[in-house]
Amino acid sequence: MLQNAYPDQIAGDFYTENFAKKAAEGSLILNLGPQHPSTHGVLRVVVELDGEYILRAEPVLGYLHRMHEKMAEVKTAAQFIPNMGRVDYGQALGWNWAFVGAVEKLGGIEVPERAEYVRVITSELNRIASHLLWWGAYLLDLGAFTPIMYAFDDREKILDILQIPTGSRLTYSYFRIGGVASDLNEDCVRRIREFIPWMRSRLPMYKDLVSDNIILRKRIEGIGVIEPDVCQRYGATGPVARGSGIACDLRKTEDYSVFRKLDFIAPTSELKDARGRYDVRMIEMEQSLNIIEQCLDMMPEGEVLVKGAPKPSWKAPKGESYFAVEGARGKIGVHLVSDGGKNLYRCKLRAPGYCNLSLFAEVSQGTILADAVAILGSLDLIIPEIDR
Amino acid sequence: MNAIKEALKNVSDLWSLMVGLKVTGRYFREPQRTVRYPWKALSNTDTYKGHLELVGGMKDPFKPRCISCGMCALACPSNCLTVVKRKAPKPTPEEEKALAEAKERGEKPKDKTPKDPEKFIYDFSLCSLCGTCMENCPAGALQFSGNIYMAGYSRNDFLFDLVVKMRESEAASPAEPAAAPAATSEA
Amino acid sequence: MPAEFIRILIGLVAVAVSVGLIGLVMVWVERKVAGHIQRRPGPYEVGPNGVLQPLADALKLVGKQLFMPDGADPILYWLAPVLSFIPVLLLFLPLPVGDGLMALDINLGLLLILAFAGLTVLSLLLGGWASNNKYGLLGAARAVAQSVAYEIPLLLSVLAVSFVAGSLNLAEVVKGQGTWPWNWNIMTQPLAFLIYIVSALGETNRAPFDLPEAESELTAGFHTEYSGMGFGLFFLAEYANMVVVCSVATALFLGGWQGPVLPGPVWFVLKVSLLMLLMVFFRWTYPRVRFDQLLTINWKWLMPLAVLNLLATSFFVKLAQFTEVRW
Repeated sequence: MLQNAYPDQIAGDFYTENFAKKAAEGSLILNLGPQHPSTHGVLRVVVELDGEYILRAEPVLGYLHRMHEKMAEVKTAAQFIPNMGRVDYGQALGWNWAFVGAVEKLGGIEVPERAEYVRVITSELNRIASHLLWWGAYLLDLGAFTPIMYAFDDREKILDILQIPTGSRLTYSYFRIGGVASDLNEDCVRRIREFIPWMRSRLPMYKDLVSDNIILRKRIEGIGVIEPDVCQRYGATGPVARGSGIACDLRKTEDYSVFRKLDFIAPTSELKDARGRYDVRMIEMEQSLNIIEQCLDMMPEGEVLVKGAPKPSWKAPKGESYFAVEGARGKIGVHLVSDGGKNLYRCKLRAPGYCNLSLFAEVSQGTILADAVAILGSLDLIIPEIDR
Repeated sequence: MNAIKEALKNVSDLWSLMVGLKVTGRYFREPQRTVRYPWKALSNTDTYKGHLELVGGMKDPFKPRCISCGMCALACPSNCLTVVKRKAPKPTPEEEKALAEAKERGEKPKDKTPKDPEKFIYDFSLCSLCGTCMENCPAGALQFSGNIYMAGYSRNDFLFDLVVKMRESEAASPAEPAAAPAATSEA
Repeated sequence: MPAEFIRILIGLVAVAVSVGLIGLVMVWVERKVAGHIQRRPGPYEVGPNGVLQPLADALKLVGKQLFMPDGADPILYWLAPVLSFIPVLLLFLPLPVGDGLMALDINLGLLLILAFAGLTVLSLLLGGWASNNKYGLLGAARAVAQSVAYEIPLLLSVLAVSFVAGSLNLAEVVKGQGTWPWNWNIMTQPLAFLIYIVSALGETNRAPFDLPEAESELTAGFHTEYSGMGFGLFFLAEYANMVVVCSVATALFLGGWQGPVLPGPVWFVLKVSLLMLLMVFFRWTYPRVRFDQLLTINWKWLMPLAVLNLLATSFFVKLAQFTEVRW
């Protein structure tokens, strides 16, 4: 019934034109984005609709490309750290860690043990903050307006805590090559300890308010089923892969930092749908609290920055290194190539959101527009990270 | 049979809607979590690290500790710092007299060129507050201020001379350090 | 009948004034309640506790440029918001606020309301269709499917009550109920009340059934392209519609103006506000349902239930007539 109502106006830009060439008879081509409330930024998805059903979808990227990889080539390694806070505003410390870790691997720099614990604590706090942001925004996509306010209430507490050592609230540049910029002071530790039981008491409320809600369950159960082989083909990681039943948590499999000393589980879900990914993230928040609690108990005294930590003028030795951490959205990988010069020769950032988004086109086929929004949200996309 | 069971389950699941209402109803009655911002000051700003400022010397808190070495400008990832060194001052007649007297007494004339910078230009619009400059300052002459209240109409409003800023703060200092723009009570 | 005519005229003016006033108050209440649910104050700058905020917003909307997209049908495009607002004025006429306090005392009051409420969907369709916007088009399609579907259970649940009361005049229905809550129709027709409330949410496009304007999917649905007062009229009509469905629910199920101690109109307004508050709470608590689920709820649940309810009601009404036992 819905005709291609405005055939003369189809001629849009390059992407729309190319996309429209293969359009079926009587379908409607719709640009979701770049400015659209449910794409969390400037993601653009060109969809071909038959009524409300999606025949094809194609994400168009690049509206937020900021040349982070190129910028790494004109700055010294230590000078590039502020950039890493800006790649992903959700979990900036994950990116901090991936880059710093790669440089440390390249330069063979040891990190003091306390610094490792500080890194784990802060980045796990950041992971909770990121999941809270996702939770609120996802429910906003699904039409519930209130949860995001409750989520931000808790998130503010985390930001207040992280503000003490890092001095900022969103785009942290806190990790340094060979440690972290400043120690967690007593006030900070006390507030983290206060925060853990508080957050644990909030999670049941989240469950009552939305997780168990029949409307939400009908919206996300059985929607956006991603088979494990699809995940593997597109290189999906993080909660997206774990929601499809693939046990691929780098904190478990790669054993970096002090994670092997910590007792936690990397939850997976056999549901494979949006509900599975939702559950994985909700359990991950609990597990992150466990990790933080253990780290606070196990954290030794000592320095947080190695003696003789590299200055901005430090030259990375010739060679290559790859370091990956488990971010809130999946595997954050940094591949560095150095020719021994002042600046890095090449820096490749592997963003988890990019791979997770790429499977959207396949998964969303044949779904309803509203489901596509639910799937898009369940992938937890942060556009600056995808475009870098 | 299964269909009926499923249907009944759907009906019983409707109770979750009431649970949701209970949660929002509870929070409806609870106190607000926000701060009425322009009328009440935020309470969590003390640990915030705002724009850069110069650290005063031990003796004179309004004379920068900076030795104009330029390490910060070198280290800065975004080139937002420019340090202008002072030129050796022309001695005034009194100073010349004092110098001559000192010479008569046989003292060696000291290098009177002050080390503190003439200008310390800081482009806040470029700064990403990473702290690299502070970490590389041999004199410990830079620090983050706690100033979160900063607004301007144009890009040039964020181009500061930190030395001038320091002098301004000296002028304003008798009336207590930079008064917060909003009332002090917490929400 | 000049007396009747004058009465209608006065009623119309009173309705027009009160619709505007109710709209403003409701916007304030909604924002305030939403704020408190979300643990923030809501509007508080303009006037004491922000009561004048909706007025300021209305002034802003009036002052805004009226924008029409390229390729839109100008007549239909501007007709739509007006068309959404005008029938709402008529809907208020047969509402009995107190004993004898109604603008238009006709036997078919209920029918009038249901008939003109159906017009609203036309304005949504025109608005979405004429604005030459794909989101608008999708929103309009959704609005039509939804409103048409939800009118049926609404009608059936209302019919059940009028069977019991034996009249389509709202005042008569109210008079058939007693002072105390256990004398109200909600006690004899709880299922009809539930069906009515759910369908009313669907009919007025309120969350969780706000699909025609689902902003996370369709940006703003049928009123994507409307600015200024064009949008303002849609907005006002939405709130006025809410008042109408809540008033009808009050009259049909909650005993209308009947209640102990307080005068009638106060009871009426109280009950209506309570229902409206409930609708506001729904909106700020629940996620939005999906479109096919919306229709599933309607066709597979509400419709059969409403039909069953109607059959059972008519059976018992007949039974009561035979045995001459008032129940």
